[in-house]
Amino acid sequence: MMNIRALVLRAAGTNCDVETAYALQQAGFSADRVHVNRLMENPGMLGDFQFMVVPGGFSYGDDVAAGKILANQMLHRLAEPLNQFVEDGKLILGICNGFQVLIKSGLLPWGHVEPSSAGADATLAWNDCGQFVDRWVHLSCDSDKCVFLPRGEVIALPIAHGEGKFVPRDESILTKLQSADQVALRYCDESGHVGGFANPNGSVDDIAGICDPTGRVMGLMPHPERFIEITHHPQWTRRNIPRADGGIFFQRAFQYLCRK
Amino acid sequence: MHRVEVWTKSTFGDPHAEGVFSHIRELGIESVSAVRSARLFFLAGELSDADVRRVARELLADPVTEEFRVGASADDRTRVIEVHLQPGVMDPVAASAENAIRDMGVKVQAVCTGRRYELVGDVSDNERQTIATKLLANAVIEDFYFQAHTPPESQGHSYELNVVEVPIRDLDDAGLEKLSKDGDLFLNLTEMKAIQDHYRAQGREPRDVELEMIAQTWSEHCGHKTFRSDVRMKDRHGKVVEEIPNLIKSTIFSATRELNKPWCLNVFEDNAGVIEFDDDWAVGFKVETHNHPSAIEPYGGASTGIGGVVRDPMGTGLGAKPFANTDVFCFGDTTMDLSDVPAGALHPKRVMRGVVSGVRDYGNRMGIPTVNGAVYFDDRYVGNPLVFCGTAAVMPKSKCTKQRPNPGDAIVCVGGRTGRDGIHGATFSSGELTHEHETEFSHAVQIGNAITEKKVLDTILQARDEGLFSCITDCGAGGLSSSVGEMGEKIGAEVHLGRVPLKYAGLSYSEIWISEAQERMTLAVPRENVERILKIFADENVEATVIGTFGYSRNGKPALKLYYNDANVGELDMEFLHDGLPRPTKDATWDVDPKASPVPPVKDNYNDTLLKILAAPNVASKEWIIRQYDHEVQGGSVIKPLVGAAEDGPGDGAVSRPVLGSNRGVALACGMNPHLGDLDPYQSALHAVDEALRNVVAVGGDLERTAILDNFCWGNCNKPDRMGALVRAALACRDAALAYSVPFVSGKDSLNNEFQTNDGKTIAIPYTLLVSAISVVPDVTCCVTGDAKKAGNLLYLLGETRPELGGSHYLRVEGIETGNDVPPVDLAANLKTMRALQKAIAGKLVRTCHDLSEGGLAVAAAELAFSGGLGVEISLTNMPTAADGLAAKLFGESAGRFLVEVEPEKASEFEKCFVGLACAPIGKVTDAGRIVIDKNIDVTINDAKSAWQGTFDW
Repeated sequence: MMNIRALVLRAAGTNCDVETAYALQQAGFSADRVHVNRLMENPGMLGDFQFMVVPGGFSYGDDVAAGKILANQMLHRLAEPLNQFVEDGKLILGICNGFQVLIKSGLLPWGHVEPSSAGADATLAWNDCGQFVDRWVHLSCDSDKCVFLPRGEVIALPIAHGEGKFVPRDESILTKLQSADQVALRYCDESGHVGGFANPNGSVDDIAGICDPTGRVMGLMPHPERFIEITHHPQWTRRNIPRADGGIFFQRAFQYLCRK
Repeated sequence: MHRVEVWTKSTFGDPHAEGVFSHIRELGIESVSAVRSARLFFLAGELSDADVRRVARELLADPVTEEFRVGASADDRTRVIEVHLQPGVMDPVAASAENAIRDMGVKVQAVCTGRRYELVGDVSDNERQTIATKLLANAVIEDFYFQAHTPPESQGHSYELNVVEVPIRDLDDAGLEKLSKDGDLFLNLTEMKAIQDHYRAQGREPRDVELEMIAQTWSEHCGHKTFRSDVRMKDRHGKVVEEIPNLIKSTIFSATRELNKPWCLNVFEDNAGVIEFDDDWAVGFKVETHNHPSAIEPYGGASTGIGGVVRDPMGTGLGAKPFANTDVFCFGDTTMDLSDVPAGALHPKRVMRGVVSGVRDYGNRMGIPTVNGAVYFDDRYVGNPLVFCGTAAVMPKSKCTKQRPNPGDAIVCVGGRTGRDGIHGATFSSGELTHEHETEFSHAVQIGNAITEKKVLDTILQARDEGLFSCITDCGAGGLSSSVGEMGEKIGAEVHLGRVPLKYAGLSYSEIWISEAQERMTLAVPRENVERILKIFADENVEATVIGTFGYSRNGKPALKLYYNDANVGELDMEFLHDGLPRPTKDATWDVDPKASPVPPVKDNYNDTLLKILAAPNVASKEWIIRQYDHEVQGGSVIKPLVGAAEDGPGDGAVSRPVLGSNRGVALACGMNPHLGDLDPYQSALHAVDEALRNVVAVGGDLERTAILDNFCWGNCNKPDRMGALVRAALACRDAALAYSVPFVSGKDSLNNEFQTNDGKTIAIPYTLLVSAISVVPDVTCCVTGDAKKAGNLLYLLGETRPELGGSHYLRVEGIETGNDVPPVDLAANLKTMRALQKAIAGKLVRTCHDLSEGGLAVAAAELAFSGGLGVEISLTNMPTAADGLAAKLFGESAGRFLVEVEPEKASEFEKCFVGLACAPIGKVTDAGRIVIDKNIDVTINDAKSAWQGTFDW
């Protein structure tokens, strides 16, 4: 087995790091949970890893805005190594609060950490219902280039967030994302019909996750690390669940990096 | 000071402002037609206008949804309220922003935050005042202004040492009582006399801090005086019929001791009860209440309630990692007319919203899934809402037993800073609430910050795994006074209060010692480990300070010595502190005549009754609450709180896997029935135990590896009837534990839940006992849920249905006055049923299992049917019953019963498990979408589900 190393970045208030590291290990990675303070002390350590995951939680208590403070640290303390990381063809995944961090640092949608433009083209706003929601959703995997996803499949994952409504700055940004195949995941019903009641938070174009132009940086609101066992599924006592869909994200990342 | 206002663009919704608007409506203020709000940031330092704009653009405002303004908006457009933190109060957002601005390369000296509200409409001055005080500003930490306000740059007042002595030696009885009352000590005359005797013997007067510490240690909250009292049980003529020494020892503790389970690893003496999970791991469980603070400030009270109970397992053994939270609430009727709410109490709906949000924000931020709970409603909770918060946690078996510090260990205070919040919380919770408490005791409400606690948890687990400390406990009620006092009970301690990190200047030594500021833990650290452990905390920005040393004695006896800077400000003998409390004797009586419930007339059809019970607040769906809680974080979820085809049916118990990679699990569930407590506290308590156990067994728990917790919330137990009810319930706990062979491992009581209205009336809560169960599940892949699975499968009813309607929801919704004939619980029979069912579930013979509780068979059948999206067809002819009344068969609430779905091919093997027990096939699952019970009930699952979901469709 190849030794491929994943870094699970944590900060004050991160709370999905342990199960995310576990999911990575199940997929074959050697996974380290690393506090952002250590990374800022020694940014060069990023070079030892092939995959960085920014997990869910409430980094810095969502002070100022969700994911904002950790994103600010990336922008002003870690920009160079992160941009190098992306340039080197490595992978980045942001889950829930991690997605918010990637958006606010500029890693999404355009794959580049850049203080003057970060966050200008899209955001994750408050859910339309105005409160935190935990429920399971179905998702349509819509991107060919996103390395984490099986295109064309419908998968199930749980969401648990208050601020997950994806909002592009304007129509032109949305068109740009769509035409560049960056709209990776969309809320749908069990049979794959996108939108309507299946959209839990009012996201524009029913977007649950996007990737950067390379397909190697991805962010999503649902939690793949919460569906890596059959018994995670809310209906496993009712019917046969053929596959734990969340595991796919980590397995595909591992396969991609093995091939590389 | 540079002022930046951040406003939501008009094209986007502002949920914060919308929330405030709806709460204003709940206050009954109709003049406000809209609310706008802005976040305010004040930047101090030599910043250029360009710097300020850059910070605003890149950091403070979201470029897509928000816009900013530098400088203040005009105040004349609308009615303005600005809310600012009081000078010196810790401001986590400001601290984060300050660091972030420095990261941007901008030199900022300090940051403050605030919020501006603009009320649109013809709002009177009175109304604006009400909105500011009742909704927007917390008087403990915040100030409000009716125009743009710029905070001053100063930092609170400093404190000049003034050692206060309190003369007590020469006081007469009246003087002692006055001292207790004026000092908010909540001690009675006997106790005050014991203190007086002690200081007479010492030949000196006590210092204020000593008196405070004694009052806190001896408070009902910390000392559990009522439960430890000797009881004289009397009949109605005043004749003593039974004497019970030390109530808790004679009942609950004695049962646990008698059962003597080897897998009970740490019971009653630590902050949580601990049982074995597997060869390597142990699990702890604790349930606490935070009632009085939640009555005054629901959001803050409930969030610090969950914050407090989370610290209990963190402070058990050498520290455990929480993996599941539970919450149980009791509120007044949420549809109560505003004019019926007594002065000084908040409207139940406002309390409920605040409590739910508080638990949500704290639990979600901590990353602990909230997996199980319940909500009960009764008008008598209006002045005393109850908030039970529970935490289950996992720790290495080798580190799970109660520890003591060693002499010479450093006392290390870790986590949040100490402020004036939460002063007198322990003593305050030991008294009754009155209509004036809202203002008098606002300082008793603590202020929580979940991220601070999360950081403490992260680092404490690292320090534990490196073996760096010898003992740990949480700083809860009573603060440092309580934690250091308890840890140092046998060896004494010296503490330097001037070294305790403060939120702001100006606290006296006494306030520092008793403050209940949140998110603090106290550790005993061997000197050689101090440097290493401080580095672990510093590495993750957790404040940790050595404030003293364990080990101090005076005249050969362990004592506590307190310093402020170099001055000795207090000294107290540990033995007197911990053993000097006189054990009271309490009179109790429970002598009531039996009163049978009427036999209701037979009706042709019970469709409406079923729908009414499903919609009853105690039964109705709590999905509105459950969805706001993250119930899956940590990746261990197996059985969720909502189950079924649409993932919205009721779950009996929750199952989690605390150790990732292991198929062993833990089931958590609860049982409670306050309306039975009124009628018969003994049977009510048996029902609570039975229900908690039914719920864990129903999902696949192992009864042989199940432990239970008690939480008693009662009225004033100086009144013999309240005390009598408490005794009856405690006796029932003992009897149920012994009969089911299920030990209690932890418990807590909250007494004096009575409310004095301004017209002199007393509202006492119903006798409320929460029983929480924790059960090891050997293999989670055998777990079952309560939603119907497949048409054609057989339905079995387990347990006997007797002609019992006393205290039932049936009588309640039909408006028939109940007697006090609560259905007696048949402990022996129920144990056999549960053991047999457990075997059947483990043998994978059971497809679905749902326990029968509120509303009996008909409600359980309806829930099973609609959550499965299927139907049921049931005939009562076969049911194991001694009841002849139709209502009792359909809706009676006899304990010990389950409705079970079995595949036809497994029927005979299933039946073999129940030979000689009450078990009978009573129908089958259908795909007709109807709940059909003989000719008496025929309701569509859609109607049933709508009724069940409609009550709290908020």
